[in-house]
Amino acid sequence: MKRMNISLLSCAVMTTLTFSVGSVMAATSEIKLWRHETSNIKEIEVNKATIDRFNQSQTKWHITAEMIPEGSYTQTVTAAALAGDLPCILDMDQPVVPNFAWSGYLRPLEGLLSQDALDGLIGSAKGTYKGKVYSVGQFDVALALFTRKSILEKYNLRQATYVQPWTKAELLDALAKLKASGEFQYPLAMRTGWTGEWYSYGYAPMLQSFGADQIDRDNYVTSEGVLNGEAGLAWGTFFQGLFDKEYVDRNPSDDKAFVQGRAALDYVGSWEMANHSERWGDDLVVMPVPDFGGGPVIGGGSWQWGITQSCANPEGAAAFVDFMLQPEEISAMSVATGMIPSSPEAAELTEHYQVSGDWRFFYDFSAAFAVLRPATPAYPIISSTFEKMARNIKDGADVQDALDEAVDTIERNISDNKGYGFTQ
Amino acid sequence: MNASTSVNSSDTLTVSSGRSAETRRPPRKRYVFLMSAPALLGLFMFMVLPFLMALGMSFTDQRLLSPNATEWVGLRNYDRLLNISWLVQEPVSDADNHLKQTADGELVYPRLRSVLRKNPEYKEFKEFTHWSFGDKRVVLLAKDPSFIQSIINTLLFVILVVPIQCGTALGLALLINQKLRGIFLFRTVFFSPVVTSIVVVSIVWSFLYHKDLGLFNHYLNAMSFGLIGPVDWLGDPDWAMPSIVLMSAWQAAGVQMLIFLAGLQGISGDLYEAAELDGAGPWGKFVNVTLPGLKNTTIFVVISTTIQAFGLFTQVDVMTRGGPQGSTSTVMYHAVTKGFREQDIAYGSAISVIFFLAILAIALLQKRFFDKREDA
Repeated sequence: MKRMNISLLSCAVMTTLTFSVGSVMAATSEIKLWRHETSNIKEIEVNKATIDRFNQSQTKWHITAEMIPEGSYTQTVTAAALAGDLPCILDMDQPVVPNFAWSGYLRPLEGLLSQDALDGLIGSAKGTYKGKVYSVGQFDVALALFTRKSILEKYNLRQATYVQPWTKAELLDALAKLKASGEFQYPLAMRTGWTGEWYSYGYAPMLQSFGADQIDRDNYVTSEGVLNGEAGLAWGTFFQGLFDKEYVDRNPSDDKAFVQGRAALDYVGSWEMANHSERWGDDLVVMPVPDFGGGPVIGGGSWQWGITQSCANPEGAAAFVDFMLQPEEISAMSVATGMIPSSPEAAELTEHYQVSGDWRFFYDFSAAFAVLRPATPAYPIISSTFEKMARNIKDGADVQDALDEAVDTIERNISDNKGYGFTQ
Repeated sequence: MNASTSVNSSDTLTVSSGRSAETRRPPRKRYVFLMSAPALLGLFMFMVLPFLMALGMSFTDQRLLSPNATEWVGLRNYDRLLNISWLVQEPVSDADNHLKQTADGELVYPRLRSVLRKNPEYKEFKEFTHWSFGDKRVVLLAKDPSFIQSIINTLLFVILVVPIQCGTALGLALLINQKLRGIFLFRTVFFSPVVTSIVVVSIVWSFLYHKDLGLFNHYLNAMSFGLIGPVDWLGDPDWAMPSIVLMSAWQAAGVQMLIFLAGLQGISGDLYEAAELDGAGPWGKFVNVTLPGLKNTTIFVVISTTIQAFGLFTQVDVMTRGGPQGSTSTVMYHAVTKGFREQDIAYGSAISVIFFLAILAIALLQKRFFDKREDA
């Protein structure tokens, strides 16, 4: 009796659902999707609109989206993976993709997605592990050095260009001048107060521009000599000097130093473009990041989409991801959020990022200077260790000791994990 | 204290219902078990079982996410956590047997990392600290120096925060234990930090602590006529922990204040009258009536504050991320970093197990200490 009641009830619920959705055919299979609930509301709105358009464009599959709070997103996904409860499609921060792929939760996307869509994407819009693509994204962000024209003129500083970025000497010279003027207590804002992934995203490119790296990308198991070699030491000394000479605030209390005119330079990502241009208008100058010897380097890879191994309808999931990668959908995301579109076709469809667009330089920075974070499952430990190390260097630790300790921590973790799938 | 209250009350219950119990004789044992079953079940599911799992996990190499099969590694995690060693270094001398010196006149020692890497006996060891004895240098080594540092930091926090927090709470309780109009307003104000989210409090206090823009430095500077320069509260390894202590004590003292207030109101007014007749002043009354009257309350407050203080995490995570240079890293912070952020859940479990045993030992010691004083 009880069982019948339940089935009757579920029947009733199903009917109401069917009626409310409209004429959904019986053959429609539901595909679950998870995404992180970012503070960028427009990003979520565009995403929802894309899902609606996809659901209406065909009747075979129906995407049901679920929002997971950003703060606990990775933990939620990890817990769901352990419990075998992953949805079909989920978005992930690009650097954690290799970790999920190695753990066996993601499907390689070659063969699933249309090859044209994959080929059309810029490099930093793909998350790879061991040569296979596991995630694709609609947008990227780029690091840049923001300043103001009036400041450059007043202090007689050269405006860095895409072709000729500032060198380390020019940067230090500019900082010395700005500091000496007394107008800026801390001339450079670098968001040192941000926690988590920012340290790797923001400061590892500097390290790479010095010629060092977080790990040896030839084998992905050693870091000795790569992170703590001479180039690494040079970076660490430079980085520590920024704080010792009080060019950068060790513990900034807020993110508004540049917008409020307390800092002359702002080293931050393209996502601040809208705020900055609203505040400074035509006075705003966006320069590429400095070249510390090995050419300017910026981070690449933002939130991207992957399809899980446990997905029962991979074709349906792939159809949706293909749908998202259409130039119109990518450009819709860029137009609404201001983020860099992940394909040249899509860029042409946007006002800011088309070839003659006023924000095109971000697209060019991204295409020319982006170095993806190490594509290894060891990335979470590399990132966490790097953050701790950079904080210690910032706070005055011995640079060589800090680098050595980070190398030891990373290498021990990799060997504990039997190389994370790479040969030791 | 909680436990003893419940025992007391159940005693009184039996006494008062003694007569009916004689006549009906309910199956008392089964009844007790039945009534405590929900609590015991919860305790078992959310405390005992996870602890046993953590204990088991701490002997393996279990990862949060990994396709590798979990392996039994014996005491490896504990060895990495607790293993300490030491070595003596001779200064480097040149060909003529003169000791090498740096520009500052300091002796030069062989680079420790190379020495440790060469000797398999010192595999995985890192420097924790060193002392100089004459020309020689004694280096204390640990496999996980940050863990040792975290234990020291946590103990320092507890030693500093417990007296400050309990003292503040007692002071506030004495203040608001007056029969004045509008005293409720003060009670609310003093209690308000407790109901404010600790994350919000931490963020606001990091503004107050800011070296250049913070309110504290501005006041210090103004009140000392510029003599006391800006203190880098959260950025200076010597100041970071005291800063967190101060904030934590301020934030949490409200709870202990309420408990002390309840204790104060339980002290009979007759005692104060009697003391007054004997010629006791305010201080005499406080020392000879109030403090003894608050004895049980104090024991409870001190033990509960101690246990709570050991769990320091949020403030550190929000305000300093364990820095500067590990000076505010606590055991909880270390466990979360290793276990979740670095996905080494087995190592995190080993930290929790050690931590649990340490807190248990300290709570038992405290209880014994207070019990002894009771007997004496």
